[in-house]
Amino acid sequence: MTRRRRRLYFIVSSMVMLGVATALMLNAFQENLVFFHSPSEVAEKSIPAERRFRLGGLVEENSVIKGDDGVTISFRVTDTAATVPVRYRGLLPDLFREGQGVVADGSLDGTGTFVATEILAKHDETYMPPEVAEALKKAGQWQGE
Amino acid sequence: MIVEIGHYALILALALSLVQGTIPLAGAHLRYDSWVAVARPVAIVQFGFVAVSFAALTYAFVVSDFSVLNVAMNSHSAKPLLYKVSGVWGNHEGSLLLWVLILTLFGATVAVFGGNLPPELRARVLSVQALIGTGFLLFMLLTSNPFERLVPAPADGQGLNPLLQDPGLAFHPPFLYLGYVGFSMAFSFAVAALIEGKVDAAWARWVRPWTLAAWCCLTVGIALGSWWAYYELGWGGFWFWDPVENASFMPWLAGTALLHTAIVVEKRGALRSWTILLAILTFSLSLLGTFLVRSGVLTSVHAFATDPARGVFILAFLILVTGGSLTLFAIRAPTLKGGGLFAPISREGALVLNNLLLTTACATVLLGTLYPLFLDALTGEKVSVGPPYFHATFVPLMVPVIAAAGFGPLMAWKRGDLAGALSRLRVALVFTFAVALATLVFAAKAPLLAVLGTALGTWLVAAALSELAERLKLFRASPGESWRRARHLPRAAYGMTIAHAGAGIVILGVIVSVTWETEHLQVVRVGDTVPIGGYDFTFRGVEDVKGPNYDAVRGIFDVSRDGDPVAVMTPESRVYNTSTMTTTEAAIRPTLTSDLYAVIGDPDGKGGWAARLYHKPLVHWIWLGAILMAIGGVVSLTDRRHRVGAPKRKPVRSNTDTTRPVEA
Repeated sequence: MTRRRRRLYFIVSSMVMLGVATALMLNAFQENLVFFHSPSEVAEKSIPAERRFRLGGLVEENSVIKGDDGVTISFRVTDTAATVPVRYRGLLPDLFREGQGVVADGSLDGTGTFVATEILAKHDETYMPPEVAEALKKAGQWQGE
Repeated sequence: MIVEIGHYALILALALSLVQGTIPLAGAHLRYDSWVAVARPVAIVQFGFVAVSFAALTYAFVVSDFSVLNVAMNSHSAKPLLYKVSGVWGNHEGSLLLWVLILTLFGATVAVFGGNLPPELRARVLSVQALIGTGFLLFMLLTSNPFERLVPAPADGQGLNPLLQDPGLAFHPPFLYLGYVGFSMAFSFAVAALIEGKVDAAWARWVRPWTLAAWCCLTVGIALGSWWAYYELGWGGFWFWDPVENASFMPWLAGTALLHTAIVVEKRGALRSWTILLAILTFSLSLLGTFLVRSGVLTSVHAFATDPARGVFILAFLILVTGGSLTLFAIRAPTLKGGGLFAPISREGALVLNNLLLTTACATVLLGTLYPLFLDALTGEKVSVGPPYFHATFVPLMVPVIAAAGFGPLMAWKRGDLAGALSRLRVALVFTFAVALATLVFAAKAPLLAVLGTALGTWLVAAALSELAERLKLFRASPGESWRRARHLPRAAYGMTIAHAGAGIVILGVIVSVTWETEHLQVVRVGDTVPIGGYDFTFRGVEDVKGPNYDAVRGIFDVSRDGDPVAVMTPESRVYNTSTMTTTEAAIRPTLTSDLYAVIGDPDGKGGWAARLYHKPLVHWIWLGAILMAIGGVVSLTDRRHRVGAPKRKPVRSNTDTTRPVEA
């Protein structure tokens, strides 16, 4: 086995590896990119039911209702221009509060309710998810125009 | 006053690092022995100044000096002492200071213990270290000064985030940084070797222990972080493929590859330029990790926009370090030819496979982590790349690594014998198949991928143990002979067995706990009994508890199995006085084969409480395995050849003439 042959093996196997990795990544990107949408965007675009995305905005004041089983929670997420009803079964993160920013991961059901599989926890009370801040800013500008 | 001394010491450290970064480097090139000799004392004194600076900041935190902005922002007078101290590195500025402290500590270590290194190499290594330090010190003094004063001083601080007030997290950053900065040693040695144009076994013998030590610390750091997430965040997850986690995982992957390829350089003299490249990449990823996490860029690219000075500095520094060292590599690598030849099926071949797969896997993690940043910067579109992406890319790439890790150690150097290795591993193979079959037959539900994962984990453990048994001639030679062999086997061999088995145990813990966990989410009333995973949880009610700086509601669950009491579990929901923030304290009860995990939520207003109860089989194996991996690394570090130190190298010849490869 000469040095040239060894280098050839090395290069060929690296190329194969990179090819496999690229294929895996492209495939994964196609299926697993999760987009972020504000309530306004949800109202505007018609996002197909079951398509996973992240919804962000403020928890509307006086909108949180606890279901009969005690662990299903309904509330509305707003960016002041539009609102989306949300349903979530689980324990809410420690910082979930009405009037505060929230990011929910899930998908729309057929009736336009967002079914959250996860409510994202945030790590301090003053923190506003940057996506939410952005979405609110956008909504605010629209109102102004 | 003490704070100003700390600030001043930091400026002096910067001046010294400028000296250390230039004079010895120039001296080694111009062959001025007196300039070369500058490196050692300066490295030691520089460490002294940074230590003074760090002590001053720690002092400010301990006495709660709120006239210091950093203390006022991140501490509170009512905080327990441990968290006042850990508050020093629980923020951007302080963590940079800890980083530099460790960097200069390692520099001083080389200066003190590097007596058997050739003076020129030592001078160059210390210079490169100092140049990295210069970058960090400048960054701190220009944009992130931990000693900035606040006028007027507030009456009390804003407090450390209660979630971070936890022993697991108090020690998580120091371990991560020991790992990150440890890789800077590999980097400095790599750059010094490129400047010298010489990489040999002695070089590898110096680089490997540093890499190994850094890798052990990083392993412990990541495990601590994951453990914290598991018990503190309250939903029982241990790894979220969160960008912050990935930032520490990427250097770990690259470092693992480096660890393995350094063996090839040391033993066989092959793969030199690849090892150098890997050392550069590993440290670059460490830098990326440090900066991205602490500067807040990962949550949003807008963090760059809110503080342009920091953003521009970070980008410039990253480009300078990575770009500069890669350019040097491109110029010098062709001169690093040579090394032993080997067949594709051989120990070297297996290690090459390990390296290719680990670095490719690392690249997929890198892309997944940075892609949302790129997309946001280019199009303004907000996306997140979640666990499914990493499961679809990273996991398939790791499968062959684990399969090969079983065979690799049984391959001979140069030319291996796959059939021979297979036959010597037949016990492990049969055992693996038996476990897979048993899983398929006896498990309540057995998705094929979970069975495959279980088999892989079992295989790695069984193969590692078989390899050790093979070397000891266990059951084939007399017990006395095996014992004699056991005593003479190098520690590094034991280290490898422990670390590989540890990796297998981590895999088993992950696969089994995720596949076969049971979760119950429901409202419980006093006297309710919830059966889960063979245990009965009976809710006894709640009580109010007062902690040192919080108030809590504590739920009480009696846990029994077949009527026999097993434990009383008391999950809490705490409200901290200083920030009105609530945190969830899960109650976790490890049994021999599983963890019981209970979380108490809100009252439903009708006398019931929301509760989340889990049964997680083998979940503690994840951390047990990680600790075993780190122990394996430490055992390997104590190997005789690292303790004895590298043999002296032949005198370095002139720079233009040092390219002659040392054929192995």
